[in-house]
Amino acid sequence: MTTLANPGKRDRLWRSCVIALPYIWLLLFFLAPFAIVLKISFADPVVAQPPFTPFFDWAAGSGSRILATLDNYAFLLEDNLYWVSYLKSIKIALVATLLCLLLGFPMAYAIALAPLPWRNLLLLLVILPFWTSFLLRVYAWMVMLGKQGLINNLLLSTGLIDEPLQMLYTDGAVYLGIVYTYVPFMILPLYATLEKLDPDIHEAAADLGAKPLRVFYDVTLPLAMPGIIAGSLLVFIPALGEYVIPALLGGLDSLMIGRTLYDEFFVNRDWPLASAVAIVLLLILILPIMLFQRLQQKADT
Amino acid sequence: MKRPSTFLYSVLSFGFAFLYIPIFVVMTYSFNDSRLATVWGGFSTRWYSALLDNDQILDAALLSLQVALISATVATVLGTLAGLALNRMGKFRGRTVFTGMIAAPLVMPEVITGLSLLLLFVSLQELTGWPASRGANTITIAHITFSMAYVAVIVQSRLAGMDNSLEEAAMDLGGRPFAVTRDITLPLIAPAMASGWLLAFTLSLDDLVIASFTSGAGASTLPMVIFSKVKLGVTPEVNALATLVIALVAIGVAVAGWLMFRQQRLDSPAAK
Repeated sequence: MTTLANPGKRDRLWRSCVIALPYIWLLLFFLAPFAIVLKISFADPVVAQPPFTPFFDWAAGSGSRILATLDNYAFLLEDNLYWVSYLKSIKIALVATLLCLLLGFPMAYAIALAPLPWRNLLLLLVILPFWTSFLLRVYAWMVMLGKQGLINNLLLSTGLIDEPLQMLYTDGAVYLGIVYTYVPFMILPLYATLEKLDPDIHEAAADLGAKPLRVFYDVTLPLAMPGIIAGSLLVFIPALGEYVIPALLGGLDSLMIGRTLYDEFFVNRDWPLASAVAIVLLLILILPIMLFQRLQQKADT
Repeated sequence: MKRPSTFLYSVLSFGFAFLYIPIFVVMTYSFNDSRLATVWGGFSTRWYSALLDNDQILDAALLSLQVALISATVATVLGTLAGLALNRMGKFRGRTVFTGMIAAPLVMPEVITGLSLLLLFVSLQELTGWPASRGANTITIAHITFSMAYVAVIVQSRLAGMDNSLEEAAMDLGGRPFAVTRDITLPLIAPAMASGWLLAFTLSLDDLVIASFTSGAGASTLPMVIFSKVKLGVTPEVNALATLVIALVAIGVAVAGWLMFRQQRLDSPAAK
């Protein structure tokens, strides 16, 4: 019998096209670029002649650094800037993920427990901001937090403060921006797991004498764990490489690695070093990304 | 049945206030006559006129729309094929790599995607002379690459939730695979393809980082222009632009919601 998966000889062509077209596209434009980044991060003297003319023109002044294979990585180790950037990114992404969880869990739980007709509307309200521009939503916090922004205005007019607070261009603003833009990614997977919980389980636990908090810690929380992990990864992974939020809301010392990479590339024009920064960032992310893929595959089957 | 406690409802209300207040504040300020955010100078639409007179912003908006339309359409075609490959084509060589390449762009930091694609374009140019220049063409390719993964995931989950008895019946009756896919599968997954296209379109319009890396000297998309403006601080014209974007999205969501509602009503009697 012929099926879509196992067609007769004449129909192989269609099957091949379905698989090959997206496959070739992704090989060329997704996988190959990584190989090139890796190669340029090691930029060795053989490549010192063209084909990489543009990059060597810019790096001409510091040619010696590019000639040695591991020098980009050695430089990353030596220069504190990169250490500080990586560590600070991890710290900011971790704390922001935790804050997203603290805000997102009760929200997702409230939606999951809300009367059925309300759930879709509440979910829509969570997703809606995601469809408006990310950049403009980050910008909205510049309007809120600035020296002449709404919050300072309100505080000044009530007499609580005498002079405007410095809120914009601080780490606090970066945390706020990440929680603001990424909390929907936490709420959606949490809602998906919490919604499936059988309410009878809680009643059973309560009937057996467990106090509400105990029920939450011993029953709800463990059962919600897949959603907590999925949501945390969905926030942590993109937050770690975030560029726009630290660039607009952060101060000069809000060094996140995405911003360092961007500046290394566009301001310092050091492509091999930027490539090395990218490779190390990828190495840091490979574990959470693989964990996330494992979870996705589990959810699919 | 358990009901949400007062505590849960308070957090939910706080959360929605947190999500929506900044958006409403920007919308309100867009009608402020004064250039200073501090002072309410009365109601005015002057920033909207200024926006319409700003050629730089208009050109960038046109470029963004062009890139978004083309990339969303190509991404929907490639992403649908990828979804079919993952869910209807059985086992094939290199399937694991393929699955990884579909899932990875969803979580890849934008700076890495942008940097790697730019280095690819530069290397390709050295080797083959193509692309001769970077701009709309390279941004479009970059956007297709990351948004096709989103389309593939949406289409695949629709296919996974759908049993293939109709397709098998059509095959048993002698339908050729291409005809079966075209006449049976595609109409069934059309809603998923439509949401995939919309998501791809939105992601493309929204992207700053990948476009900044892959664009050349001449071409600036709307997010690139907005970013260069707001980097210097609050800009009244951007407030007006944000309000327009939010209004368009609200209309789009309302239309999509209505279509989905209608579709559900059409579907539900048939399902029973």
